[in-house]
Amino acid sequence: MKITLKIWRQKNNTSKGAFKVYQHEHVSEDMSFLEMLDVLNNELVVKGEEPVAFDHDCREGICGMCSLYINGRPHGPQQTTTCQLHMRTFKDGETIVVEPWRAKAFPVVKDLVVDRTAFDRIQQAGGYVSVNTGGVPDGNAIPIPKKVADEAMDAAQCIGCGACVAACKNASAMLFTSAKISQLALLPQGQAERKERAEKMVAQMDAEGFGACTNTGACEAECPKGISLTNIARMNREYFMATLTSYEVQAKGDGA
Amino acid sequence: MNWFTKLLTSTLGRKLMMALTGLFLILFLVVHLIGNLQLLKHDGGEAFNVYAKFMTSNPLIKTVSYVNYACILIHIIWALLLTMHNRKARGSEGYAVSKNSSAWTSRNMGILGTFILIFLVIHLQGFWAKMHWGNIPVKVYDGQEVKDLYAVVAFAYSNILWVAIYVFSMLVLAFHLWHGFASTFQTLGLNHLKYNQPIRFVGRAFSIIVPVLFAIIPIVMYLTTPH
Ligand code: HEM
Ligand code: SF4
Ligand code: FES
Repeated sequence: MKITLKIWRQKNNTSKGAFKVYQHEHVSEDMSFLEMLDVLNNELVVKGEEPVAFDHDCREGICGMCSLYINGRPHGPQQTTTCQLHMRTFKDGETIVVEPWRAKAFPVVKDLVVDRTAFDRIQQAGGYVSVNTGGVPDGNAIPIPKKVADEAMDAAQCIGCGACVAACKNASAMLFTSAKISQLALLPQGQAERKERAEKMVAQMDAEGFGACTNTGACEAECPKGISLTNIARMNREYFMATLTSYEVQAKGDGA
Repeated sequence: MNWFTKLLTSTLGRKLMMALTGLFLILFLVVHLIGNLQLLKHDGGEAFNVYAKFMTSNPLIKTVSYVNYACILIHIIWALLLTMHNRKARGSEGYAVSKNSSAWTSRNMGILGTFILIFLVIHLQGFWAKMHWGNIPVKVYDGQEVKDLYAVVAFAYSNILWVAIYVFSMLVLAFHLWHGFASTFQTLGLNHLKYNQPIRFVGRAFSIIVPVLFAIIPIVMYLTTPH
């Protein structure tokens, strides 16, 4: 198939970007979107042009590195990651517009690559469980109802791709942050640091300059891992209860 | 920052303020509607005037009304703070193509709210300010002097333009509530599989029934006044 690509090109963080149009003649419908870009880049290199920079790693839909705002939607027309999106989803002769994630907290590094370390800093602020080293505990020593374990597992599906931020009109990171808070708040091991975690992660999320939630649900509709809005409600509960009842007097974010 | 100011000013805290004030305003709408429905009694406005007098003189109601003014102010100021913060978070460069997968009402709460605000200003200076400080003819019921606010309202709604503005504003309110009602519960963290469906249903029913009942009043008054 043949397609026309309109791709955002931007030299670096300080320069101004613009769209550039490419005619792509050698596309197979079995290619993934990223493979299609690989072929384009090969051709650009042969022509002596700068290849298009884009993020990717596992190409299995599990790492969350690939991004791309394709034809007006994060990860394109399907609720998958861009690496799992195939060219058969598009029509022969179609024009495809490719843009980077847009959010103040996700500055463009180059072309389609954005800096998502804000997510790492939110995670580092409290998205962990402190454990003592020592012997491995027995398998079923910590009882947990199956339903609750499932709920925690569902939240843990989040791969930190940032599609939720990209889709949100407020560039809010609440779906991501709430998934990370939920996943541990639901588990027995997460109880010790439960309140501190909610306070610190929310503080860090705010410090990074993400927006607030208007409950539009755009994030849930675009999340490749099916993270649900229930998690945001849970985060709200966790945060309000933590702020009202924790021993912490201060919870500071020290990000950008 | 102090934990309490943090609770009110963090992104989640600001949403909490929006939700609590929004919920109070929803309650206020119900009370206001019950009062307004007295306008439809065929008693030359007696029931409504007595109600209006009660609402502006009873000390308990007066206290609640101050809370209500505060809620409106906080709701508006926090709405402005949130909307500005959210715009900034989006960054300077927008998307060239965007297919949004969320509901229109949810994306336009700020615009809908601004229309409600404009209506509120017109509405308050038309009726509320007149009732408090204006020169209104007086009627006597059971030996008690009562301001004839009914006459003011009836006069306003003999004009099709005021009726139209009122009905349009109620339409806007309906859209604001269509998203706002259920949204409040999500913001407060009250999300549960058992209750999500009922909340959504009650919210949708409320956002249709209440504005429609509000809007019917000036329409009926317009149709029943001799022209
Ligand atoms: C009788 C009048 C009003 C009622 C009953 C009302 C009710 C509500 C409710 C229930 C919410 C949802 C809160 C949440 O999501 O947790 C809301 C949100 C909102 N309201 Fe109002 N409101 C009223 C007037 C106004 C006015 C006058 C403005 C603006 C000047 C306004 C602006 C907003 C905005 C911007 C939001 C969304 C905030 C966000 O989630 O980002 N509202 N309102
Ligand atoms: S919540 Fe979904 S969209 Fe957001 S970062 Fe996690 S996986 Fe990506
Ligand atoms: S490259 Fe890992 S999820 Fe797409």
